[in-house]
Amino acid sequence: MSLRNIGIVYRKELMDSLRDRRTVVSMVAVPLILMPLLTIGVGAVLVNQVGHAMEEVPTVMILGGQDSPIVTAEIEHLNEVKIVPASPDYADKISNKQIRAAVAIPPGFDAKLAAGQPMTVKIYMYEGEMKSGFGADRLQKFFRDLRDKTVQENLKAQQLPESLIRPFDIRQENVAPAEKVGGAVLGGIVPYFVILLCLTGAMYPAMDLTAGEKERGTIETILCSPISRTHLVLGKFLMVLTASIATAVLSLAAMAASFSVGKKLLLGVAHGAVDSAMQITISGKGIASIFFVVFPLAVFFSAALLAISLFAKSFKEAQSYLSPLMIVAVLPAVAALLPGVELTTAMSLVPVLNVSLVSKEIITGTYHWTFIALIFASSSVYAAIALAIAVKLFQREDVLFRT
Amino acid sequence: MIEARNLVKRFRDRKRGMVTAVDRIGFSCRPGEIYGLLGANGAGKTTTMRMLATILEPTEGTAIVAGYDVAKEPGKVRSSVGFLSTATALYARLTAKEMVEYFGRLHGLDEFTLHRRIDAIFERLEMNDFRDRRCDKLSTGMKQKVSIARTLVHNPTVMIFDEPTVGLDVMAARTIAGFIRECRDQGKTVIFSTHVMSEVEKLCDRIGIIHGGRLMAEGTLAELRDRFHLHDLEDIFVQVVEP
Repeated sequence: MSLRNIGIVYRKELMDSLRDRRTVVSMVAVPLILMPLLTIGVGAVLVNQVGHAMEEVPTVMILGGQDSPIVTAEIEHLNEVKIVPASPDYADKISNKQIRAAVAIPPGFDAKLAAGQPMTVKIYMYEGEMKSGFGADRLQKFFRDLRDKTVQENLKAQQLPESLIRPFDIRQENVAPAEKVGGAVLGGIVPYFVILLCLTGAMYPAMDLTAGEKERGTIETILCSPISRTHLVLGKFLMVLTASIATAVLSLAAMAASFSVGKKLLLGVAHGAVDSAMQITISGKGIASIFFVVFPLAVFFSAALLAISLFAKSFKEAQSYLSPLMIVAVLPAVAALLPGVELTTAMSLVPVLNVSLVSKEIITGTYHWTFIALIFASSSVYAAIALAIAVKLFQREDVLFRT
Repeated sequence: MIEARNLVKRFRDRKRGMVTAVDRIGFSCRPGEIYGLLGANGAGKTTTMRMLATILEPTEGTAIVAGYDVAKEPGKVRSSVGFLSTATALYARLTAKEMVEYFGRLHGLDEFTLHRRIDAIFERLEMNDFRDRRCDKLSTGMKQKVSIARTLVHNPTVMIFDEPTVGLDVMAARTIAGFIRECRDQGKTVIFSTHVMSEVEKLCDRIGIIHGGRLMAEGTLAELRDRFHLHDLEDIFVQVVEP
């Protein structure tokens, strides 16, 4: 094994790639420009939307209630909602966002309330639509308050203590610090980004250094130099790995920087609503641990992409091989975001998914060292296999001179 | 010295099945001699040249190039060979100097020797005006010179030229022809493949006519003329491949 020769190839490929606009764009410009734009941009839009929705006075409709003037008047006097005249197509109007919600007051509501007869108030809303949800919440709050007030009055009239209806209170107390709560929200997304960026960062150089060389006719030139093909592929592999890691590191740095800037910018607007979600502090130990598990994955991606693109005759053909692969690789990373997908011994062996799951835990401050070791080992095995395949393919004439 | 001994190359083709591209070819080429391998497209010239340059491995047989066996010591063969073809392109984003440096380093030259050689070659080929210009910004003629410099940087004793003039204009082709002659004059062993009769007539000391992967006839131009009782090389070539 000649480290000198591998080094010569690596240095040349690095210099060559840094002069290539497309590599520089995917390795440096995308992380440093796109990441802050995405983080701050999406955050700003989100905060803005939530803010607007919260500020809006929802338009609601009262259905029925002609025989119950007391309750109708109380709703009409609410500041938090705007009442529009009732119409039978209220469901369509909610769907079309002309009104946010509607409340159906049962016949004889006032009288039944006074008599203590059971009844149901129906609130119509559009599930999943934020503004409709806010409208419905305000109506629900009004009726809940009315119910509580009625209960209290009834108890008072009967001279019964309030504790009769509410013998004890229940309250959930959070013991996790704010950053852990935030970590849980963002914890899944960060590893997903890191994995995705390791892959996209490796993609372009992998194609350029193999299929690209074939297309440009430089592969024959380099093959007639005395360097062994193993050294050649290892030098190229190191370059792809560098691009992969550089993309991920630069993106993470850009994301972290935009988080800290974005937090200050956005929190003023959101009145602390997104405070806990944005409070993500990853310790040095966390970053080191994530890179420890991500590194073999980056090796695996780099070697696999190199092997696959080597097989292609041209850059275009390589692209058509790698694009579907991107989905295959990203799916397990997304799966880790699903609720209920937990880290187990079996999961530790599933490539990509294992790294995604363990990174999520590391970000929230949980270190399962056995799993971390197992994931590092299994990822290293996959990486070694992919690299061995890439080296093997580089020895094959039918692959190098595929026509 | 090049000595091809029963070289055979077979490969599997999706449409045609097993194909024998080169079929038991044997010849030899001595130092200070230009051996011309003449053949039509698909005759097996490039495959033969690639086997001699150890880019392809022979299926059977072998060749001794600069004293090394292509099958057993391909690395040493490549260290002693300069290979130039129209398929050997340059790295577009490297400068002329960087391109030659890269290959010099891969040939194991130390930095002092490397730069001394580069200076000498660039001076000799009049390349100093564009030594720091990127290869994609060079004219065809300049690119040819960079390729020549690349093949010469390690001072090889054997030169293999695979259709080096295909697609070149007259001036660029003349540069190559001049370079080939110069290599012979320096005592290098030169093998040269082409399908252009006039190039063979002008350059080659001995000629091998290759057809269907087999060496059909061999000799000096005078010997071939005598044997086939024809003067024109093209007529001789047709006589050999379509008897």
